[in-house]
Amino acid sequence: MEWETVIGLEIHAQLSTKSKIFSSASTEFGQAPNSQACAVDLGLPGVLPVLNVEAVNKAIKFGLAVNAHINQRNIFDRKNYFYPDLPKGYQISQMDLPIVGEGEIEITVGDNTKVVGVTRAHLEEDAGKSVHDMFNEYTAVDLNRAGTPLLEIVSEPDMRSAKEAVAYAKKIHALVQYIGICDGNMQEGSFRCDANVSLRPMGQEKLGTRAELKNINSFKFLERAINLEVERQQDILEEGGQVVQETRLYDAVKHETRSMRSKEEANDYRYFPDPDLLPVEITDELMALIKSSLPELPVEKKARFIAELGLNEYDADVLTSQKSLADYFEIMLKNNQDNAKLCANWVMGELSAMLNKNQLEIEQSLVSAQDLSQLIVRIGDDTISGKIAKDVFKAMWEGEGSADQIIESKGLKQMTDTGAIEAIVDEIIANNSPQVEQFKSGNEKILGFFVGQAMKVTQGKANPKLLNQLLRDKLS
Amino acid sequence: MSIHTQTIAQLAQGLKDKEFSSVELTQHYLKRIQQSDLNAFITVTDELAMAQAQAADEKIAKGAGSILTGIPYAHKDIFCTQGVKTSAGSKMLDNFIAPYDATVSHQLNQADTVMLGKVNMDEFAMGSSNENSFYGAVKNPWNTDKIPGGSSGGSAAAVAGGLSCFATGTDTGGSIRQPASLCGITGLKPTYGRVSRYGMIAYASSLDQAGPMTKTAEDAAIVLNAMAGFDEKDSTSAEQAVPDYTANLNDSVKGLTIGLPKEFFSEGLDDEVATQVMNAVKEFEAMGATVKEISLPNSAYAIPTYYIVAPCECSSNLSRLDGVRYGYRCDNPKDLEDLYLRSRSEGFGAEVKRRIMIGAYALSAGYYDAYYLKAQKTRHLISEDFKKAFNEVDVIMGPVSPTTAFDLGSVKDPVSMYLADIYTLSANLAGLPGMSIPAGFSNKLPVGLQLIGNYWSESKLLNIAHQFQLQTNWHQQMPQEN
Repeated sequence: MEWETVIGLEIHAQLSTKSKIFSSASTEFGQAPNSQACAVDLGLPGVLPVLNVEAVNKAIKFGLAVNAHINQRNIFDRKNYFYPDLPKGYQISQMDLPIVGEGEIEITVGDNTKVVGVTRAHLEEDAGKSVHDMFNEYTAVDLNRAGTPLLEIVSEPDMRSAKEAVAYAKKIHALVQYIGICDGNMQEGSFRCDANVSLRPMGQEKLGTRAELKNINSFKFLERAINLEVERQQDILEEGGQVVQETRLYDAVKHETRSMRSKEEANDYRYFPDPDLLPVEITDELMALIKSSLPELPVEKKARFIAELGLNEYDADVLTSQKSLADYFEIMLKNNQDNAKLCANWVMGELSAMLNKNQLEIEQSLVSAQDLSQLIVRIGDDTISGKIAKDVFKAMWEGEGSADQIIESKGLKQMTDTGAIEAIVDEIIANNSPQVEQFKSGNEKILGFFVGQAMKVTQGKANPKLLNQLLRDKLS
Repeated sequence: MSIHTQTIAQLAQGLKDKEFSSVELTQHYLKRIQQSDLNAFITVTDELAMAQAQAADEKIAKGAGSILTGIPYAHKDIFCTQGVKTSAGSKMLDNFIAPYDATVSHQLNQADTVMLGKVNMDEFAMGSSNENSFYGAVKNPWNTDKIPGGSSGGSAAAVAGGLSCFATGTDTGGSIRQPASLCGITGLKPTYGRVSRYGMIAYASSLDQAGPMTKTAEDAAIVLNAMAGFDEKDSTSAEQAVPDYTANLNDSVKGLTIGLPKEFFSEGLDDEVATQVMNAVKEFEAMGATVKEISLPNSAYAIPTYYIVAPCECSSNLSRLDGVRYGYRCDNPKDLEDLYLRSRSEGFGAEVKRRIMIGAYALSAGYYDAYYLKAQKTRHLISEDFKKAFNEVDVIMGPVSPTTAFDLGSVKDPVSMYLADIYTLSANLAGLPGMSIPAGFSNKLPVGLQLIGNYWSESKLLNIAHQFQLQTNWHQQMPQEN
């Protein structure tokens, strides 16, 4: 039987506020255990939560960016369960009336573009961390993370492959960074994905039983975990078995998923409105203010790159796929307004290749956008050729200096002196009469031989345009 | 006149006139506490009290301070007090030294009061007799075989028994008004949101409200001045200006329209209590007030509504008491579940466990709509009744409790105990201010008159109560001492 994969994602984006969602404690990552937890975060008797307005503003920002309905009156609920890293015995979350209602986002896989529905996005507080491997038989609890604001973004089950799921996750990942609500750091857990995966016979409308995959901390693992789960479910279904509704943990080391808890074992969370918090009322004025403060969104940026810079669809898509990439590209543009395509080629070509080779993110690039832009300027003003520029770039990467310093110190400046090149051309023609004959008898390809010879003599520094021109003039 | 029978206003004058110092006053009270067998105090903070008294005296000597400077009080053990055990009457928090001050504690410190200690209460404020305390029952100063009422039983007994000039209380379903009534003192539960709940150990967050328990309405106004106000740490506290609650005490009550809800004078109300309450109402008529019978048709649902809403909230509020970070932890837990189960089974008393179970049940999947949501709807209807009533009347009066104080240990059935709250619950469900003021005696036990006002009408209630106290001397009666 042919099966259709159905995937929905739940993304937890940690909102980049200075203080926690219900207390004034700092949200800074990587501090000494329990040093960032105040009385409220510790759940001491008598303490009360006070909503951090910045978290609300950021959630609204997200809602507006995905064209979602904003619930201008929304409510915090308590999700009750016991766990040592949940100090109050309940998590403050939003159940019936989340801040962000239905929205949508466009994704592209290969040549296909589709719209994925965002069901909702709600605010909640993060739990602390249980540390199981530090004190022998004891589990330790670090409550630094407790109370960190999260926006849980729930998608419709609109994705049909692991690739689509990854495309969607990447889109959301890029978007939250574009609008400055989340740093997107997946290693530190600032951006986490859970995937709901089910299969159904192709053509059937009713959804199959799903499994929820947790503990996925990279896009690569997201794709692998989903594919693994699809295989697992397919095996079960094809043997006539039934998929159990459960939560499964992805183990990236063993490359397997294993059951965490089944539906039967699931908690009854006894949700009810948190009586310590008033309903959140969002005024039209605040909505308008936030709307006006939204930066250019990826989709808008992409359209501008195409319309104003003349980039093609693919380039514009790649360059806007990450905020950091687009930022890098746009810094380069400042000095190279008329060479947008050249900038694009360099970012997507040489730079990307170098980053990949060194397994670095663009933020970690050893050559800054400012520095690379200077190199492009030198290509644009004919100081160096594109070919030489690649060597200069390598030297820049090695930390040998700026583009101009390297061009200068290595004497790579292009020869643009017509007289000097002419002298070299004359000499080559004089020394290679058989090739001259071939050219004259119509072998155009032999021109490359002369160019090669000239470049050899000039160590590649002859201006290619000028050289070609002179060769043609002299040979004909 | 002995020093412990004096009101705040009188003591403040005495302090100012150097008739006695705060240190002397504090020593007097500490001695009385030491000699008392009412079991009103869980913790006596004598060293702290003496230090505060000394500081207050220095301030008074410089002519500085407020009317509360150097006045000793008893603090309900539900308010966190930095460095002092804050037990909420529970074994669960018997070892809990609060690392921070509740906003109310802070406000009273700022007013230079002297905290004599932390007073007894029903465990986590759940109870109407103060018998649900880990520290044992409190005795009623008027008759030590009787309960003082609850949950602020220690507060009421301390004030009535002359162990403290005033006390703090909290009222979730009547816990200020009912013990005030049964001990013959003045108690005010303010409008929900008037006093910060920060640092006040939560029982039912949407109902809890702190207030003063005092000898007189004037004292209540003085203490409320210190307690009331918006607190940025409590989102449910109101950004409502705080008037001077003493400013209108002397207004005339002539022309006041008093509403008497017929539902408050029906079956179950003790005849003697009814008589005393009606006598008090007549006193107001004599002062120029008019009386009107009104109806609060949904008040019949107050008990079932309250006993859904409060347990639901408490089942969640008390989850943090899990034996993990502070409070009671069972010996040698074998695993996490055992730690939770035994710490909570051993740490909580029977009534607390009962309410947690009721609440957890009512909130669980499949029952939520039938219980919690239904209760929210009836709660709304109860509020609407009051809204209509206050279109017609200025204040609602009635009994606080259907009977006077009953014998310790006499009410064993929890539901019968719940019925003791029948007249007080509605004000909490609607968030309205309510008072209990002494209005007579029945069998040598105090009877309280309940006043319920519209939202933010504390000034008016205090004015009405004060005018009554100018005409009567019920509030000046003190229990006989051996």
